Amino acid sequence: MKKEIGIFALLVVMCAVTGFENHAFFSQANLTNTANLIGLFGIFSIGVGMVIITGGIDLSIGSMIALNGMLLVLALTEWHWPWPLAALFALAVPMLLGLGHGLLITRFKMQPFIVTLCGLLLYRGIARFIANDTTKGFGDAEGFKTLQSLATGKFLGLPMPFVFLIVIAVIMWVVLHRSVYGRYLFAVGRNEQATQFSGINTRLVVTSTYVLAGLLTGISGILFAFYTNSVSPSNHGNFYELYGIAAAVLGGCSLRGGEGSIVGILIGTALLLVLQNLVNLLGIPSSLNFAVMGAVVLVGVLADQLFQARSAKKNARQPK
Amino acid sequence: MSDSPLLEMLGISKGFPGVKALDNVSLQIGRGEVVAICGENGAGKSTLMKILGGVHQPDAGEILMDGQPVKINGVNDSIRLGIAFIHQELNVLGNLDVAANVFLGREPKNALGLIDRKKIHAATAPFIRQLGLEVSTRTRLDNLSIAQQQMVEIAKALSLNSRLIIMDEPTSSLTLTETKRLLELVCELSGQGVSIVYISHRLGEIEECADRVVVLRDGKNAGELAHEEASHDRLVNLMVGREIKNFYVQPAGTKTPGYFKVRNSSSSLHPGKNVSFDAARGEILGFAGLVGAGRSEMAKAVSGLEESPAQEIFLDGKKLSIGRPRDAIDHGIYLAPENRRTEGLVVEMSVRENISLPSLENSSRFGLISRAHERKIATEQVSSLNVKTPGIETRVLNLSGGNQQKVVLGKWLAMTPKVMILDEPTRGIDVGAKAEIYRLMRELADGGAVILMISSDMEEILNVSDRIAVMHEGEISGVLERADCKEENVMQLAVGKKISAAKPAFVN
Repeated sequence: MKKEIGIFALLVVMCAVTGFENHAFFSQANLTNTANLIGLFGIFSIGVGMVIITGGIDLSIGSMIALNGMLLVLALTEWHWPWPLAALFALAVPMLLGLGHGLLITRFKMQPFIVTLCGLLLYRGIARFIANDTTKGFGDAEGFKTLQSLATGKFLGLPMPFVFLIVIAVIMWVVLHRSVYGRYLFAVGRNEQATQFSGINTRLVVTSTYVLAGLLTGISGILFAFYTNSVSPSNHGNFYELYGIAAAVLGGCSLRGGEGSIVGILIGTALLLVLQNLVNLLGIPSSLNFAVMGAVVLVGVLADQLFQARSAKKNARQPK
Repeated sequence: MSDSPLLEMLGISKGFPGVKALDNVSLQIGRGEVVAICGENGAGKSTLMKILGGVHQPDAGEILMDGQPVKINGVNDSIRLGIAFIHQELNVLGNLDVAANVFLGREPKNALGLIDRKKIHAATAPFIRQLGLEVSTRTRLDNLSIAQQQMVEIAKALSLNSRLIIMDEPTSSLTLTETKRLLELVCELSGQGVSIVYISHRLGEIEECADRVVVLRDGKNAGELAHEEASHDRLVNLMVGREIKNFYVQPAGTKTPGYFKVRNSSSSLHPGKNVSFDAARGEILGFAGLVGAGRSEMAKAVSGLEESPAQEIFLDGKKLSIGRPRDAIDHGIYLAPENRRTEGLVVEMSVRENISLPSLENSSRFGLISRAHERKIATEQVSSLNVKTPGIETRVLNLSGGNQQKVVLGKWLAMTPKVMILDEPTRGIDVGAKAEIYRLMRELADGGAVILMISSDMEEILNVSDRIAVMHEGEISGVLERADCKEENVMQLAVGKKISAAKPAFVN
């Protein structure tokens, strides 16, 4: 819990500083927009976080979002599928891809980094190919207004992606922190062998996280497609996996596995997006966007490391 | 050279915040002398050795070598003084060859500034021969057995002109024959004037090889025994500070032969070979043999952790189908594996989380964990097994080896075992905790469980087992009844010899 408090304090400080320097930060338009973005990024970040907790990694998220968005556009505008079917399709594809990742990792003992790196390249290529490398838009959304309003509308004044995030986060919090399955995720991340020796089907547990990450990426992907209202296959979703990983790590997930929390991932996501907002509002050249993000993640994780090393030392001094 | 002893440590004290690890401890080691240091975990053995190794500096006291006071401020000082440390966990690099390991960190360079390979191989060879190691200096270390890797470490010590070699639990991963060989080597080295400090929980080995035994207790000298005086009981009394009664508990329950049957269990380690045996309800069936005889593999196959296509298992007359670990667990067949920290426990998790891991489904409703139920299970096991821990939320890695092993047992006892397989149950565990674990195994057996105990500790296997199944290269070479459980017989069967005392492992 301490970890979350530290980064939450950082988030509060950043909001306060930005708001103090530029009052536009607290304007309704800006807050709504930031919440919307937190929703869009937060959903798949939770998926990435789950994978990281089992000691894996998923680098294919961004490309999956591009492929997913492109398939959705094609299904709705060119193949004229009914929207529920198209939406289901857009969720099923990333889940199947996740299943593929999971099977390659657990059955063929391939490294998650390699498997999902190949996914990153592969899905981006497919997305560009099926679109003839051209940008495709939703046009006037004839016949799928419902889906569009579900993705871009508001509920109680909150942007839909943010609402989705809250619902998903609550469910995933229960799953991760209160369920048997969640405990198995942490156990596998800490020590897969001992978990297997305790009679747990670790292959199933690991594979399921990639499927879960696929599902959450699918949901995010649909929302993103409607957020941008068109999908340009060569840069839609570029680097999003890195946002997810950065958010999870900032939020206390360890890439060694076995550590992390939903609250942490949420705060991590919020921190990253407020950071981008800060770059815009404080007139920092937007070319420095990534540099600022990189620096903050680095400092955040380093500070956490130093803090942990210190408390570990303190513990070691306690008599056993 | 003077006639003062090689090494003297006088009045050494060392405190860590909140605990006095060493309190006025003295130790003397003569040239070519083999000194065993024993004591329970936490008695100060490792702190004392770390001071010699330069890892810790003493708060008070003096260290003399050849009668001259010396300061050991770091590992390099220690090496320079001719002290070598063979750790329990070997410090070898599996991806390098023998010579590269021996010369690691002090590689001679050739004219181009690259490692002079010719020279290191030539310089390593004599040490390898001296130790009777029949491998090339070009063999990669991960192609060697643990015992051979250990020999490479000893070769490294010799190549550094070490005069004192500290061996910390050197036999914990060795087979019976390898242990014998190591003990012989200790004698040979001492004959050549190298002094040895031998740390072990295995009192049998200490009785055999030590010229003198120094016992520590609670950070103080508890006493010394000369070779002739060192007996199991006297050592235990000094270590524990009280008498441990009934170290080995005699069976009290009734036995039901043929209750648990294993047929044609095999493993990839010994293709074409298989294991069949009967075990009685209420007995402790010991499994002896050399490392690599296939004992752990048998345990894993029976527990569904290793594929064994032709294997048939019968419990109480019923045939079980075991394809994966969960199947075995559902039938009450549990394994406490050889490697506690890597296979038995998730050490970064709490005592509670470890104990509940295999039975978590029982502590849950609709997939959600009932913390209260989980806590209850964990608390019950902690108190009934007498696990010494600040609480059930303590992370397992903060517990001593003996208490970690109790947590492993607690995982399974919470689910009432029918067949409990224990692979090296007391490795690295001190005497007090050992006695407790023996008592516990006996209680389980008397309560109607089948206990299969794999052990490479001769004393343990001879004294704890009701019968001993001895394995050799993937097969059971014979079973010894209680009256025939003698070291001789075990050793003969372990190397595959036929003896008349051996009984078949099963009846059809």
